[in-house]
Amino acid sequence: MLDQSYYDKTDQIVGVFGTHQSALIPIIQGIQNEYRYLPPELLTYVAGKLGITEAKAYGVATFYENFSFDPKGKYIIKVCDGTACHVRKSIPILDYLQKELKLSKEKCTTDDMVFTVETVSCLGACGLAPVLTVNDKVYPAMTPEKAGKLIEELRGEEQCD
Amino acid sequence: MAGDDCRILICAGTGCLAGGSREICHKFEELSQNIDNVSVEFGREIAHVGVKKSGCHGFCEMGPLVRIEPMNYLYIKVKPEDCEEIFNETILKGKPVERLLYEIDGVKYESQEEIPFYAKQTRLVLKNCGHIDAESIDEYLAVGGYSAIEKALFEMKPEEVVAVVEESNLRGRGGGGFQTGYKWRQVAKQPEITRYVVCNGDEGDPGAFMDRSIMEGDPHKMIEGMMVAAYAAGAQEGYVYVRAEYPLAVSRLEQAIAQAESYNLLGDNILGTDFSFRLHINRGGGAFVCGEGSALTASIEGERGMPRTKPPRTVEQGLFGKPTVLNNVETYANVPMIVENGADWFLQIGPKNSPGTKAFALTGSVNNTGLIEVPMGTTLGEVIFTIGGGVKNDAGFKAVQIGGPSGGCLIDSDLSLPLDFDSLKKKGAMIGSGGLVVMDEHTCMVEVARFFMNFTQNESCGKCVPCREGTMRMLEILERIVIGEGSEVDLDILEELGEAITDTALCGLGKSAALPVLSTLRTFRDEYEAHLEKKCPAGSCEKLRSYIIKAEACKGCSKCARNCPVGAIEGVIKSPYTINQESCIKCGACIDSCPFKAIYIA
Repeated sequence: MLDQSYYDKTDQIVGVFGTHQSALIPIIQGIQNEYRYLPPELLTYVAGKLGITEAKAYGVATFYENFSFDPKGKYIIKVCDGTACHVRKSIPILDYLQKELKLSKEKCTTDDMVFTVETVSCLGACGLAPVLTVNDKVYPAMTPEKAGKLIEELRGEEQCD
Repeated sequence: MAGDDCRILICAGTGCLAGGSREICHKFEELSQNIDNVSVEFGREIAHVGVKKSGCHGFCEMGPLVRIEPMNYLYIKVKPEDCEEIFNETILKGKPVERLLYEIDGVKYESQEEIPFYAKQTRLVLKNCGHIDAESIDEYLAVGGYSAIEKALFEMKPEEVVAVVEESNLRGRGGGGFQTGYKWRQVAKQPEITRYVVCNGDEGDPGAFMDRSIMEGDPHKMIEGMMVAAYAAGAQEGYVYVRAEYPLAVSRLEQAIAQAESYNLLGDNILGTDFSFRLHINRGGGAFVCGEGSALTASIEGERGMPRTKPPRTVEQGLFGKPTVLNNVETYANVPMIVENGADWFLQIGPKNSPGTKAFALTGSVNNTGLIEVPMGTTLGEVIFTIGGGVKNDAGFKAVQIGGPSGGCLIDSDLSLPLDFDSLKKKGAMIGSGGLVVMDEHTCMVEVARFFMNFTQNESCGKCVPCREGTMRMLEILERIVIGEGSEVDLDILEELGEAITDTALCGLGKSAALPVLSTLRTFRDEYEAHLEKKCPAGSCEKLRSYIIKAEACKGCSKCARNCPVGAIEGVIKSPYTINQESCIKCGACIDSCPFKAIYIA
């Protein structure tokens, strides 16, 4: 059961975008931005506010790659596997990260909720392939070793928090 | 002090930001703080040592880039530690810092314009990128911005604007190559009075970042293009659809729109006329298919991004069922200069049936990766070898993939091919959005085909059977081939399936999904055949390589043999072990367990 604050926040977001169906995607983007995932209860709530069926809202939310009903880690690592990055060996970086953090395609978030590792198809920074982002911060010209160091750095920061 | 007003322009495109250009900017701000008579203000008349965050210069691998005006020195791979030297030598004494200049073939180039990478380009659409502060509307105005819409509003009727764009033969830069003016004319003559102007900033093609650079580096130019379109086609509202993976582009656009509104260049009664135009931004949700026009409008409407059959065409019933002008970012960015300079001026650039310039994102195994703009009709060879500086590490040129995951591969016999819409179509390829990925002898073309099919299959919206089922089947076959389990009949099925999907799919994604496979089957059939014999000529496909123990490095500890799940490793303790190639399943467990790094993949 979600805290009332979740619903208040959602009301706020709906206030910005309105209640027309065309506001659905910006609204759930706003919610996901706030909580780093889309709580299913809020999707139902928004469907009600917009006067659309839950099935419709679910259909839209599950169509787009970006939306996740599962909570993500503190650091969302996206390894770019677009053409340029792929040609410059992005897969070894992905493999390394998944091995290090004991993750896979199906399980993409560590149990301690610190790291999520995903792939993304192109970040548009192709001149610096291979690229990965951590919470939208771009790291260029990566290698498996650099990725390993990055994980250590982030773990260090996490402990300080 | 060098006497002249100096401007320090630091590239703040996504690429250079990732390389640390923000820190460099702060460093320069600190250093210039202590100089008298400095005011960091915008506007061309004011003397200042200005520190500006500009848009992408395009020379990505050489970033972070710093450009000093008025000398036009371009410094590459700048680090924050270099700022002080640059400040002392260049700003205060007017001298270049030699070690930070671009050098090739023993020649150092001081000014950006001389560097072959830039000298051979014709940067019109990208003219301002890297030269003005992308976050300043005043700088855009200072270089003549918004004079096209001014001319349109005060000196031209809407039909005249449509006419000039039609005459110029500007063709869609998103890949479709459709006549822009014709599109606008269709919308303008619809009986329905509510119309929309939509900008496709989805740029989903992996390897393409032209639109990103324009949105980040010169957002006002694109906005101005949309305004001209709205005036010409009678629209009052516009939407820019930007993919979510471009957060900087979104924020620069939001800023630009707010600035334009505050200057009465957007909103009601623009510049005191009857023309009103509001612009909204919609962020994508990570679906490649939303780059397709009808899927994009569906997404703005809050629906799943699934294309629909046409007719009715978008120009008749587009966004919210109303007549809609839907064009690409680069297409809009071409509009202001066409209105200002006229159709004849535009027709002089490139071939008549494909006039103007095109921005290409040159990436992959090439020395100078980055964003370039050349006149249509420039040959492929010139782009890759003269501007691109040739293949990286002097490896052999194998192929160049053009047009994203829907495009074909071109080989060395195609290097003299002019890059324009029609020439490429004749070759069974297409310009697409403008992504050019160079591949060398170490790239396996079968793996490339599999990679693209994997991408397209993932992104298929699922609505039509040919694409949904067909790409899945093609992918399964390709996956078997790359692990050495393909057979001759598979190649025939790939061709048959590919042609069927191309003929029957509902939208552009499906129709072009098979192109990489069909194209590589044509030009690299021998590579496919080799895979059927369980060999990968490029030495790339892991499952087709051999795992070998280096006898000199092996200490005979037997750890690998004990970890091998199929008992393929034999030997005597303290003597070099060997792997039986026939039993080996290429799982890599031996490599993981070897403490002496004695096992390698050939």
